[in-house]
Amino acid sequence: MIDKKWMGYELPVSTLPLERGRLRAFARAVGEPDPVYVDVEAARAAGYPDLPAPPTFLFAAELDSGTQMAMAEAMGISLAKLLHGEQGFTYHRPACAGDTVTVRTRISEIYDKKGGALEFVVTLSEVRNQHDDLVAELRNVLVCRH
Amino acid sequence: MTSFDPAGVTIGEQLPALALEPVNRTMLTLFGCASGDLNPVHLDIDVARRLGMPDVFAQGMLGAAWLGRLLTNWAPQSRLRRLDVRFQGITHLGNAITCRGEVVDICDVDGERCARVQVSNSNQFGQLKIVGEALVSLA
Repeated sequence: MIDKKWMGYELPVSTLPLERGRLRAFARAVGEPDPVYVDVEAARAAGYPDLPAPPTFLFAAELDSGTQMAMAEAMGISLAKLLHGEQGFTYHRPACAGDTVTVRTRISEIYDKKGGALEFVVTLSEVRNQHDDLVAELRNVLVCRH
Repeated sequence: MTSFDPAGVTIGEQLPALALEPVNRTMLTLFGCASGDLNPVHLDIDVARRLGMPDVFAQGMLGAAWLGRLLTNWAPQSRLRRLDVRFQGITHLGNAITCRGEVVDICDVDGERCARVQVSNSNQFGQLKIVGEALVSLA
């Protein structure tokens, strides 16, 4: 069982500078044909200062830094048992190439179902830009299968 | 993208479906590098087998990113207020995913008129891989 002492734990902060090349690579990887996501002029014509990060891209910050994986390891959850159960995004303002986002995450809930056969770890994150404006809030549910 | 008419959105409206190529290893490698999800279970068949899987399989967030495409293909991203997804099953190599969306409600959220859109992602056998919900501003 995952120790409930982890409830409220704050993960190390992750910082990710948003680069055009990375955003274009993401657009290519998901087959995005919309020029807004690859062409700076198209992005500007759509009202963005630069290429916007697509809706699910912000999840990258904590994958790059490895904080969520490190958290699972520290909690004693092996990679083989770990599943991504749910992911939520609430958007407040765009994040674009040239911005630097900072992600602060804490563990909000730990619970189990089916008599402990499934354990759930819920994390809530705040994503802010370099001006400390709130860009998005993320909710992640990790599932550990026993 | 066709122009979006917020006043013309109606309950029951179907978003244009997004049909993807069958999942292959190249997609997983490209997405792994671009998204930062370098979990080897998606990239390295030896690791996948050691963990009891027959082969590598898609990152969950790849399917979520496709749902993002479904939505921004319908309405500009600047109108997207929320996206919540629930992963229902593993997306295997060869799965041809189709993303679908339907406007199920039009309501006020924090004083803003929004469309509540139910989204899903399923393979060619009709197996659901992701279900979710989005809020799109119609203001």
